[in-house]
Amino acid sequence: MRGRRLAITLGVLAPLLGLLAYGFYRDPRYIPSPLLGKPAPDFRLVTFDGKEIRLAELRGQVVFLNFWSSWCPPCRAEAQDLEAAWRALKDDSVVFLGVAIQDRKENALAFLREFDVTYPNGMDTGDIAISFGVWGIPETFFINRDGVISYKHVGTLGPGLLAAKIDEAGRNIVSAREGKGSYQSIR
Amino acid sequence: MTAILGQGSVLVALVFALWGIVAPVLAAQTKRETLLASARAAIGVQFAMVTGAALLLIYALVTTDFSIKYVAFNTTRATPIYYRVTGLWGALEGSLVLWEWILVIFAALVASIYRDRHRDLMPWVLAIFSVVSAFFLGVIAFASNPFEQISPVPADGRGLNPLLEDANMLTHPPLLYTGFVGLTVPYAFAMAALITGRLDEAWIVTTRRWTIIAWFFLTMGNLVGAWWSYHVLGWGGYWAWDPVENAAFMPWLPATAFLHSIQVQEHRRMLKVWNLSLIILAFSLTIFGTFLTRSGILSSIHAFSSGPVGAFFLAFLALVLIGSFGLLAWRSDRLRAQPQLDSLLSRESAFLLNNVVLVSALFTILLGTIFPLVSEAVTGVQVSVGAPYFNSVAAPLFLLMVFLMGVGPMIAWRRASWDNLRRNFLWPASAALALGIALFVWGVRDFLPLLGFTLLAFVVFTILFDVTLAVRARRRIACEGLFSALATLARRNQRRYGGLVVHLGVVLIVMGIAGSMSYSTEREATLAVGDTLRISKYHVLFEGLRGSQQPTHYRVEGLFRLFNASHDLGVVAPALKFFPNHQSPVGRAVRRGTLAEDVYLILSGFSELKENRATLKVLVRPLIVWIWLGGAVVALGTLLAIWPFRRRVTVEA
Repeated sequence: MRGRRLAITLGVLAPLLGLLAYGFYRDPRYIPSPLLGKPAPDFRLVTFDGKEIRLAELRGQVVFLNFWSSWCPPCRAEAQDLEAAWRALKDDSVVFLGVAIQDRKENALAFLREFDVTYPNGMDTGDIAISFGVWGIPETFFINRDGVISYKHVGTLGPGLLAAKIDEAGRNIVSAREGKGSYQSIR
Repeated sequence: MTAILGQGSVLVALVFALWGIVAPVLAAQTKRETLLASARAAIGVQFAMVTGAALLLIYALVTTDFSIKYVAFNTTRATPIYYRVTGLWGALEGSLVLWEWILVIFAALVASIYRDRHRDLMPWVLAIFSVVSAFFLGVIAFASNPFEQISPVPADGRGLNPLLEDANMLTHPPLLYTGFVGLTVPYAFAMAALITGRLDEAWIVTTRRWTIIAWFFLTMGNLVGAWWSYHVLGWGGYWAWDPVENAAFMPWLPATAFLHSIQVQEHRRMLKVWNLSLIILAFSLTIFGTFLTRSGILSSIHAFSSGPVGAFFLAFLALVLIGSFGLLAWRSDRLRAQPQLDSLLSRESAFLLNNVVLVSALFTILLGTIFPLVSEAVTGVQVSVGAPYFNSVAAPLFLLMVFLMGVGPMIAWRRASWDNLRRNFLWPASAALALGIALFVWGVRDFLPLLGFTLLAFVVFTILFDVTLAVRARRRIACEGLFSALATLARRNQRRYGGLVVHLGVVLIVMGIAGSMSYSTEREATLAVGDTLRISKYHVLFEGLRGSQQPTHYRVEGLFRLFNASHDLGVVAPALKFFPNHQSPVGRAVRRGTLAEDVYLILSGFSELKENRATLKVLVRPLIVWIWLGGAVVALGTLLAIWPFRRRVTVEA
């Protein structure tokens, strides 16, 4: 009788505790993007040197679109890799674009100077990050020649993965899953 | 130096906590008085050491000793002194120190108050306290050390999250923690009763007052949190069913159930297993709440930065749940042979039903809180459960609870006769019904609010009716005046009248919630200077923007002239505050209110200062002020229930 009661108690509590333990293996902030394999929303970005870029005008080229902020440690961590990749790839009809979000202009400019970033960057006027559903930075979108999002990565991006995904975007391969590195939640 | 002293105190306290577990167990077995005395001393040393550690951390915060990482992350040189002190509970590591500090204060109080009483229970009570204390000290010492040093020492600190730089930071967390930790007292006595097998009513009678105190702090902690959310966070609401809000509210439900069902055990010796389960549940939920806030397994605005402590808390939660309920299951044969319910129409069945409602509310809220986990574990898809679920399941349960609040205190024990029912309820029920009809005629047509207000009126009328009868009898018998009759009644039966006053407070709170949930309106518009926004009988004229540099931040205020009909209520200035080290601005909403309704203005955005355009959101929320007034009434009622009046009753009789 006693044994049975103890067994029932354990039987009720163990799954509950198991469920809570399972919680450690998931990320409650994670939002899967519905945009993978869909056309990227168009936008207009005014770069820090005053040029205006429209995404729609970049059809026919692979676009690497990176959302970042100067106060975000993982963004700092990947900044050098991104710039190195840009210098290696810029002749292969690939466009790199950086969009600073939730940032002050002077801080963003200091960040670009610090990492000697040469690809075009601009401030989000408020709606680009929203239309891409950005929730953690850095967040990066790979857009193929047809303007379709072929891959999305939340968090830091290693140089190997970056090159591989640019290559895939060039060959119109759409990834089945998004990737994740260490990120800063902005929600 | 401070860091080494602090760390040392924590380690010494931990050693004594471990001795505090061993010594009472030995004392209980050998009956040696010296061992028990050393267990008490172990509690005393923990109290001294933890107090020392907490004061050292406060000292480091106040003197901005940035060689300590916790200080560097949670203060700056510009932080005013009181926010340096509140930095103690501004982040994970320090908040655990505060928790442990309150715990050892309770432990020391219990150890000294019951020095000569409960000789069988006390060793185990002290041992349970030391188990909990050892756990927290272990986490503080090894997983989240507040005295960790950094080098190089930064020139200035990063500062508290700006949302936490608010006067409510002085009250909300300590109140809530005191409520949480206070539940350890009845839990420790309950465990001692289970371990020793002395399962009579002694532990309940002893811990009743402690439970009321913990319940009081829990209630106030939640209400002050709601107040803070409403008055400061600037979104116009006071409760969002966020996982961590739920975590703070959930222990309140079994604690409230417990306060009612122990009366059934005192009067009828029933519900022994149930009462033990409730207090285990309430205590486990406090640990569960700490686990939720500190593990990062659910997304919440309250979450502390997650770290390794989550696993420690889960392990401790497992120990508490399995250990306590296991012990209860093992002892349950001694808890048999209880009297049965005599009748469904009795106070004990009303209290039982109240318990069922409270525990159902607990499990629906628990389910909603952990449902994202359940759904992802089972289907792999993350679902979030929002306010609509909680509101729709909680509202009917709480209305039922309100109804029972009217019935429970007035119905007779054992078996209510028709005479008793008619005498106590005929008038109040008729009056409430009449008021309900009047409200309907007046224009309240939605079912839930109509039912809600009618039930609230019913509770008020039962209380007024009961007090009137008692006062009349008293005046007749003792020839007292109205006020002295009331005073005598309250003093002679302070638990009952304290409880009734608490009920009145809860009625006011529910009225505020019902009114503000059912009849709020809001409008948002972007205004140029000279534009007016109209909402219900108010209109708001935009007069311009003003920017100013404050000591810790840059502030942009929108200046609006507020009119109620044509009556000028003056200029109000909702603002957005920009802190240099934090990404998004912090809002400062402005509220103007009467007993009938609040009008609430939020500056949600603005253009460049010279363009002078502002986006303004205005909410009109009826009856909301009654939530806070109700809270004050609950506080008064609780004081009345536990105030140590001199017992002159015997002399008079």
